Amino acid sequence: MSRMQNVVIETVKTALGWVPAQWLPGGTPDPLIERRVALGRQDSRLDGPAKVTGLARFAAEVPMERLCYGALLHSTVTRGRIARLDTAAAEAAPGVVLVMTHRNMPRIGTLALIGVSDLSAVGNSSLPILQNDEVRYNGQVVAAVLAETQEQADHAASLIEIDYAVEAAKTRFDDAKAAARTPASILIERNHVLVGNAAQEVDRAAHRVDNLYRTPGHNHNAIELHAVTVAWQGETLLVHDATQMIAPSANALAKLFGLKKQQVRVLSPYVGGGFGGKGLWDHQVVAVAAAKLVGRPVRLMLSRESVYRMIGGRSPSEQRVAIGADADGRFNAIIHTGYSVMPPYGACPEQYTMCSRALYNAKSFEIVQHHVDLDIVPNTYMRAPGEAIGTFAIECAVDELAHQMGIDPIELRRRNEPERHPLSGTAFSQRALTTAYAEGAQHFGWERRLAEPGARRDGEWRIGMGCASGSFPYARMPGAHVRLTLRRDGTVNLSCSAQEMGMGTSTVQVQHAADRLGLPVEAISFDMGDSALPAGSMAGGSSQTVSLAAAIMAATEKLTGELLRLAGNDSPLAGLRARDVQLVDAGIGDVADTARHESYRSILTRAAREEVSVIAAGSPPLEMLKFAMHSSSAVFCELRVSEVTGEIRIDRLLGSFDCGTILNPKTAASQFKGGMIMGIGLALTEETLFDARNGRIMNATLADYHIPVHLDVPEIDVIWTGIPDPRSPLGARGIGEIGITGVAAAIANAVFNATGKRIRDLPITLDKLL
Amino acid sequence: MAIRINGAEIAVPDDARVSLLGLLREQLHLTGTKVGCNQGACGACTVLIDGERVLSCLTLAVQADERSVTTIEGLSGAGSHKLQDAFIEHDGLQCGYCTPGQICAADAMLREIAAGVPSYITADLAAPARLTREEVRERMSGNLCRCGAHNGIVDAILQVAAERTA
Ligand code: FES
Ligand code: FES
Repeated sequence: MSRMQNVVIETVKTALGWVPAQWLPGGTPDPLIERRVALGRQDSRLDGPAKVTGLARFAAEVPMERLCYGALLHSTVTRGRIARLDTAAAEAAPGVVLVMTHRNMPRIGTLALIGVSDLSAVGNSSLPILQNDEVRYNGQVVAAVLAETQEQADHAASLIEIDYAVEAAKTRFDDAKAAARTPASILIERNHVLVGNAAQEVDRAAHRVDNLYRTPGHNHNAIELHAVTVAWQGETLLVHDATQMIAPSANALAKLFGLKKQQVRVLSPYVGGGFGGKGLWDHQVVAVAAAKLVGRPVRLMLSRESVYRMIGGRSPSEQRVAIGADADGRFNAIIHTGYSVMPPYGACPEQYTMCSRALYNAKSFEIVQHHVDLDIVPNTYMRAPGEAIGTFAIECAVDELAHQMGIDPIELRRRNEPERHPLSGTAFSQRALTTAYAEGAQHFGWERRLAEPGARRDGEWRIGMGCASGSFPYARMPGAHVRLTLRRDGTVNLSCSAQEMGMGTSTVQVQHAADRLGLPVEAISFDMGDSALPAGSMAGGSSQTVSLAAAIMAATEKLTGELLRLAGNDSPLAGLRARDVQLVDAGIGDVADTARHESYRSILTRAAREEVSVIAAGSPPLEMLKFAMHSSSAVFCELRVSEVTGEIRIDRLLGSFDCGTILNPKTAASQFKGGMIMGIGLALTEETLFDARNGRIMNATLADYHIPVHLDVPEIDVIWTGIPDPRSPLGARGIGEIGITGVAAAIANAVFNATGKRIRDLPITLDKLL
Repeated sequence: MAIRINGAEIAVPDDARVSLLGLLREQLHLTGTKVGCNQGACGACTVLIDGERVLSCLTLAVQADERSVTTIEGLSGAGSHKLQDAFIEHDGLQCGYCTPGQICAADAMLREIAAGVPSYITADLAAPARLTREEVRERMSGNLCRCGAHNGIVDAILQVAAERTA
């Protein structure tokens, strides 16, 4: 992002600093924080029955007449031009309907990249899609085939012959570092932060650590493959997609194909896992274009290999963390700098230094990220982008310092716990990380840990414990809308284009709406997953729940005004204004006089209305700029390392979370655990192996990229402080991504405690311990 | 030539390349059986053939000729299967995409343990296999779940197993 953006954001923040907090969203804490009935209950997820019976239909499962099937062909070279292209054999193959290459693909523009300046942009890559003969990375889509069956399409794709004029490519991380770019900002934060002279402070410090940490690329590996079923119906376009961003995808496709917004409908009621990977990529665009050319509906489900080849994952990183501390362990310097990959045609800056800006007090700071430009599939956002790997570096460094000083690592963290945001000086909206540590340590039995590495053993196994902090910023998206329809029979329908990837979106918002409106959950239904509905927010940045909650709050307010107007002078409520009433017992009641109450049914009946329907958007999320808002966690791990094989078995893993109000303990625990399990993979097994010679991914299968399986996953303990955040809707903060943060460091620190070996290079595979 | 799928007689497809998975999903619209890799690495496509679990992506449809296939849609018959209820109760699912495969695999896996079939981690190969959390975790390891519903899945399976032996 630009220098200009730094100025704008910093000016807004400064201006907001002068505005009294009570004028801003969250100025008065959400009354539902104190008044929960359905919220906080362990309701089972509402989509459970459809999913366990196999009846939930995902994007590739929508039946359609005259459907044809797509297969893609990927470049086997890294940079260059297509010198010879022969599609004759493919075209002649049985069942083939179309072979589409840059020669016959309709001419379209490029996608606007995801970014903070344009919240409707969804592009993960700004490269042209089948528009010319140029190849920019190994795995780029160079042709598509449509056929009557999948088998025919796959076979025909294998018959396309291509020769490339190969050009030199940049594929070595270490070589490309010299030409790295240093952007002015990372997301909405200034990139290069200098407070005091951190370099000098580290040199002078009584105690210091200064090391490099390396993390490899990762892939999301949602079990559902990326897929679309596309149909042109006259001049309108119907796209059944697996996407985390329904409304913006519809807009982007409309723009690309010269249609009006209303002409594109994206449906995605169920998404089989996203984790940042299910956005808008080349395949949707190819499928839409191909369907247009053949005048038939098209299903394009990527093969698992295609997912690796063309859907980018988390960038590799090399991070330097240096910490200086005085004799008491107070930090006088934190340095967190490094390199990650971000090709100029990519969108994601992998913000790994964000955690180090908020976790600790220090007298001086130096923070900066550099982008390495490689010719590879553009990286993108993956669960806790930045924090997942940034916490690995900083939280290992803190553990190393604690060991060196002979201080318990929890105590060292406590001594440097900030009262206010360490860089901006803004107040935290709520922060109880120290409490989370205390409760976590007690639950876990941290006092049984021996500080001396390698001191505990059991036969061939060395046993160790480790801990680390996790952190993830709060986000609420502006502009999330919801429609709220109250019917005369006292039932309510909520609708918006929100997405469900397994977070429990509808379940928790139904609980929310029930409490907000004074109704039982049975009275509420929630339609979503359709761009024809009012635009909700995207599922990203752990922001969907509070974004929708704010929209429902706003809609409820609007509805209350509307109902009071309809109630009129014959109502017991006559003369009351919105601020005098509350919604209870399926109706409206006077706050001051509980006897004054009229039911929704009675109001609508008297007004002869079948229903009242309102659409509203949540207030602008100014609380994010006025306060420092973060979810945080303390992660504890106990594991065994075999002296014979180097094998690591995780015996216990506990997460103690401080994330505001927990809205549904059952689905929230699943979110936390899911993140932590991905953290186990990050620590021990996961690695996208790019061949440094050509940037081609070498392990493009689920057999070669190792995600944790049942036997790798112990029973995980999850606890939380549950302290509400007074500034956010429902007192809640995000919980979808915090779970993965801190886990890799807790595991690496436990490995050190078990073996005395400090592995700063993920994943911690067996060979590194022998 | 015919395959019995959830009780119905289905003709074997003409194209010998069609996998059992492809037959189920694309020709019969039995889309409860999922696809995560098409190469035997994820377990999402697990179905039962004559009561035993198989990966339908690695099974050609012709191989199922004269056999009886049960998918998630057929598992519950009219009502719901105990495992299905237990998965909901223990939140053994998030996105739900691996879920049909997990449930089909669990159904067969419990019969394998009951029949005394040992696993990679069974210590005593001479004695009948015991139903422990470890055994369930090992035996379910061919069914990947990226959402991380593992704990709930194992809890659900153990609960159903306990009810059966009770
Ligand atoms: S789809 Fe069959 S094992 Fe993955
Ligand atoms: S529930 Fe999503 S993959 Fe298992």
